[in-house]
Amino acid sequence: MLRYIVWRIAVMIPTLLIISALIFTIIELPPGDYFDSYIAELRAQGESVDSERIQMLRKEYGFDKPPVLRYFHWVGGMLHGDFGYSFEYELPVRDVVGDRLWLTILVSFVTIVFTWLIAFPIGMYSATHQYSWGDYGLTLLGLIGLAIPNFMLALILMYFANIWFGTSIGHLMDQKYLGQPMDWDKAKSILEHLWIPVVIIGTGGTASMIRRLRANLLDELHKQYVITARAKGLGPFRTLVKYPLRMSLNFFISDIGSILPAIISGAEITAIVLSLETTGPMLIKALQSQDMYLAGSFLMFLAFLTVIGVLISDLALALLDPRIRLQGGSTK
Amino acid sequence: MNSPLPPPGAPLQHYVSTAPFDPKSVEVMTKEQERVYQASQLRLMWWKFRRHRLALASGVFLLALYLMILICEFLAPYNLHTRNMDFIHAPPQPVHLFHDGQFVGPFVYGRQMTLNMDKLKREYSDDRNMIQPIRFFCRGDKYRFWGLFESDLHLVCPAKGGELFLLGTDRLGRDVLSRIIYGARISLTIGLVGITFSFLLGIVIGGLAGYHGGVFDLIVQRVIEVLQSIPSIPLWMALAAIMPITWSPILIYFGITVILGLLDWTGLARAVRSKLLALREEDYVLAAQLMGARGSRIIRRHLIPGFMSHLIATATISIPGMILGETALSFLGLGLRAPITSWGILLTEARSVSVIAFYPWLLFPMIPVILVILAFNFLGDGLRDAADPYR
Repeated sequence: MLRYIVWRIAVMIPTLLIISALIFTIIELPPGDYFDSYIAELRAQGESVDSERIQMLRKEYGFDKPPVLRYFHWVGGMLHGDFGYSFEYELPVRDVVGDRLWLTILVSFVTIVFTWLIAFPIGMYSATHQYSWGDYGLTLLGLIGLAIPNFMLALILMYFANIWFGTSIGHLMDQKYLGQPMDWDKAKSILEHLWIPVVIIGTGGTASMIRRLRANLLDELHKQYVITARAKGLGPFRTLVKYPLRMSLNFFISDIGSILPAIISGAEITAIVLSLETTGPMLIKALQSQDMYLAGSFLMFLAFLTVIGVLISDLALALLDPRIRLQGGSTK
Repeated sequence: MNSPLPPPGAPLQHYVSTAPFDPKSVEVMTKEQERVYQASQLRLMWWKFRRHRLALASGVFLLALYLMILICEFLAPYNLHTRNMDFIHAPPQPVHLFHDGQFVGPFVYGRQMTLNMDKLKREYSDDRNMIQPIRFFCRGDKYRFWGLFESDLHLVCPAKGGELFLLGTDRLGRDVLSRIIYGARISLTIGLVGITFSFLLGIVIGGLAGYHGGVFDLIVQRVIEVLQSIPSIPLWMALAAIMPITWSPILIYFGITVILGLLDWTGLARAVRSKLLALREEDYVLAAQLMGARGSRIIRRHLIPGFMSHLIATATISIPGMILGETALSFLGLGLRAPITSWGILLTEARSVSVIAFYPWLLFPMIPVILVILAFNFLGDGLRDAADPYR
């Protein structure tokens, strides 16, 4: 088991390296850099440009060096927790990101749990009652959830929550708690606001998960060991829970790897519409103003989050399923 | 001696049928069976697909939509940019058939607009005296059909001097229905162009990786893994933000399709690779190799037809993702920009809660988006089932 874990973590490193190279290339692609757009903006406002300071900043952040060197500088900095400098906020990226990263992780995690809680019973019901009205209805509901764009759902829910509950549901917490240290009131406020983004982001992932769980369970239910179990007199519920469900539980965990990127994608857009205090709104602003270290670090965080999520799901899978665990190389 | 056979000419001791003997009589098939057994793969798939009612209906629906975008100038009652300054944010006009219990035919009531200075809102009310019958196959706004020749023929137009806003108007008094019809042109083709792009990439890269294997396969596998582990929308956002503002709308349109395709080919390449790996070991490939066929010929003539149907089904299922992606990017202001009109651009109008509260008809572009995505999903499911020989 230990060897498997070590091997999985070792595989992660080249993956992260390729991702970082890819992200750096994308961030580098637009012509000019932040200072060019900054100078242009200052000139447009008729202000004088402190060219000495800009030259100094350029030099300090290595904009006079070739991109390859800057890439290694960036990656090397990230290794010991230095994510670069946000030019727009004039702060180190780490301070700008701060809470937002944790809130993104929180939203994604709660969304996955929500997706599970919804998808699990529905998938079970759909598979055991194949082609019944309930099956069709739930499948259609799931598909509609898949088809409505996240951002429209966010807007509509926002409107109805305003009418029915009278709460303004933008943001992730009451405005007075912004920038405050975490305490009970703040946590309560976050919990109150959390359910809307979770429901919105969860819909798409839930639908695809229900579909795949149903297909998977159906495959298992037609196998002969199920017939044997029934023939020996096991009740229908026990037959379902004892064997086929455990088989598809594997798939359930491995599926995190494929829905996590989708959930994080959805979380970004929803966050922008609902102006949540997560990475989404800041990422889009950083992209538009060519604040390259900030944008690059955000993209890197998101990619890192998915890679870690996939790693956790793989490890959980290995714990659950001896076949995978043993393949990893342990001797006995 | 007692011979087991009778003497020549004498009748046999047991009964023998005089009918002519056909040793294959058991194997003879009825007309119906013969039809099934001799049908081509494509025909079999079509039969299987036809049984899937929902998929068939979705296919017909999508086909109709794609035919519609060929002639949207004719179908839309107004032009894309026609502004009606007297009717800004006008709600949809319901179509009536009867006026005071009398049959008139399809018509709408005229509108009276009053400015409510307390709420700072335009309020529209039906004017029961103004009956404006809808005209069909009529002359209305002038347009250049596909930019080629000028015409003014429309399927429906408002009564002379009247208006016809079946789905209301937006903040510039433009007809929402017409804009949805025009927007279909961009929104529906962006998925197709994007999928063509990712299809080519997927077949070429996946094909090479699957057939040759080795180091190239290893690299491709890693790259696919990496691309699939990055959340797509932030990456799309980053790529879309690269495009300079100075680009022309058409260039941006192609840029967006390339971006959508560039990140989507991984699933297809994976499917191609795994199918190729499986099919490569089949006996008929060995036979072709022994007969001296070259690698490229084997891939083209023997392998690709083997999984083409499966591939098309996979591609169909990934089109909705592209349409949603374009909508999301445009909504965020990173995708297409006005004057180009797509459903995503139309939805940017409904960006705030106040718009939903006051002008809910601006949300109408959502309905075609949902319908098209559902239809593509059903169609893809049906195609996949039909292409699967083991069902």
